[in-house]
Amino acid sequence: MNMKKITLAGFVVATFLVYSFNQRNESSAVVVAPTSATAPSSSATNTPSMHPSMMASAAYKDGAYTGSAADALYGYIQVKATVKDGKLTDVEFLQYPNDRRTSVEINSQAMPMLKQQALQVQSAKVDGVSGATDTSQAFIQSLGDALQQAKA
Amino acid sequence: MKRTEQIMGMPITVICADDQVDETAVEEVFGFFRQIDTRYSPYIDTSDVEKINRGELIAEHYSQELRTILELAESTKHQTNGYFDVWHNGVFDPSGIVKGWAIQQAAALLAGHSRNFYIEAGGDIQAQGYSESGKPWQIGVRNPFDRKQTIAIIALDHGAIATSGTAIRGQHIYNPHDESPLDDIVSLSVVGERIEDADRFATAAFAMGRKGIDFIESLPGFEGYMVDKNKTVTETSGWQKYEAKQS
Repeated sequence: MNMKKITLAGFVVATFLVYSFNQRNESSAVVVAPTSATAPSSSATNTPSMHPSMMASAAYKDGAYTGSAADALYGYIQVKATVKDGKLTDVEFLQYPNDRRTSVEINSQAMPMLKQQALQVQSAKVDGVSGATDTSQAFIQSLGDALQQAKA
Repeated sequence: MKRTEQIMGMPITVICADDQVDETAVEEVFGFFRQIDTRYSPYIDTSDVEKINRGELIAEHYSQELRTILELAESTKHQTNGYFDVWHNGVFDPSGIVKGWAIQQAAALLAGHSRNFYIEAGGDIQAQGYSESGKPWQIGVRNPFDRKQTIAIIALDHGAIATSGTAIRGQHIYNPHDESPLDDIVSLSVVGERIEDADRFATAAFAMGRKGIDFIESLPGFEGYMVDKNKTVTETSGWQKYEAKQS
């Protein structure tokens, strides 16, 4: 049950970051501060913030950026975004609102466990098929609306 | 027995593989989905949803069921820090919550009468027991590049699979000109115990882009199968245990 909260919260943070990085010429409500060489700060109050107007004109520079810790009601979420060649290439979760060490940085450990292969068409008979539908649209619309509001 | 009806704007299929099929229970399930459509469709004038939108149904008169759905929506809103909202620009539309909730309810209803069943609504599946072949339900993952083909086949004897895919694109969340690695996932399927959870995780993970599969990997009790635009498949470490043995 807790994982549901985390997934949704993580989703929001990641999507928000992607979105804000893509809003190149518009101001954004997201506040991203360049990360220092020291360990990331652990509270919302002492993380240095870049003023939105600075974000507005800035092109994305390569580097790692630590977001401010966001209160997700049940704990804090904090992410580190990595920009390479002007593009967002990595989002690492520095804080999750529980005691499990979950991080999308599990990359380094989990990725070798993930199996990759070329897509292969199967011919065996099946009882049913799972596929994408348009039903998640409402959720995405809702998210889009919220993001629009967050921009304002 | 297998029965499919178009309800809530999507095909809903129920298969019962018991020796003695309880037709009444199957009818009850379809009746339930039809009622849900009647009560919550934004396309039906007399639905609760439209009544709320016209200001004709006030909070004090909400049904217990509507309250349950609203509570689920409200807690999801909190869980997502306000990003999930059944209100869009002043319009109430709870379809994002209702679908998963409804399939889960229908499965619970059928489980009281049947040991071997399959319920599918718009590509989301909850299955239990064995199919008529005497084996766990064999479920394909649709090829996102060709709807007529399947690309992976899993066996489920009690569990769920949901797939999130390209329908999400074009919603202005991702910048189409951006070739960022977060923008090249075509389809992501999630297997878990409950369709309600598998569906939400699939939606969330898909929106995370390439990181989505890592996220599923980190979730206990869930496995994932991701397809990118280069037709490369990435599976979580436990996905194989669901894959059907081809004989």
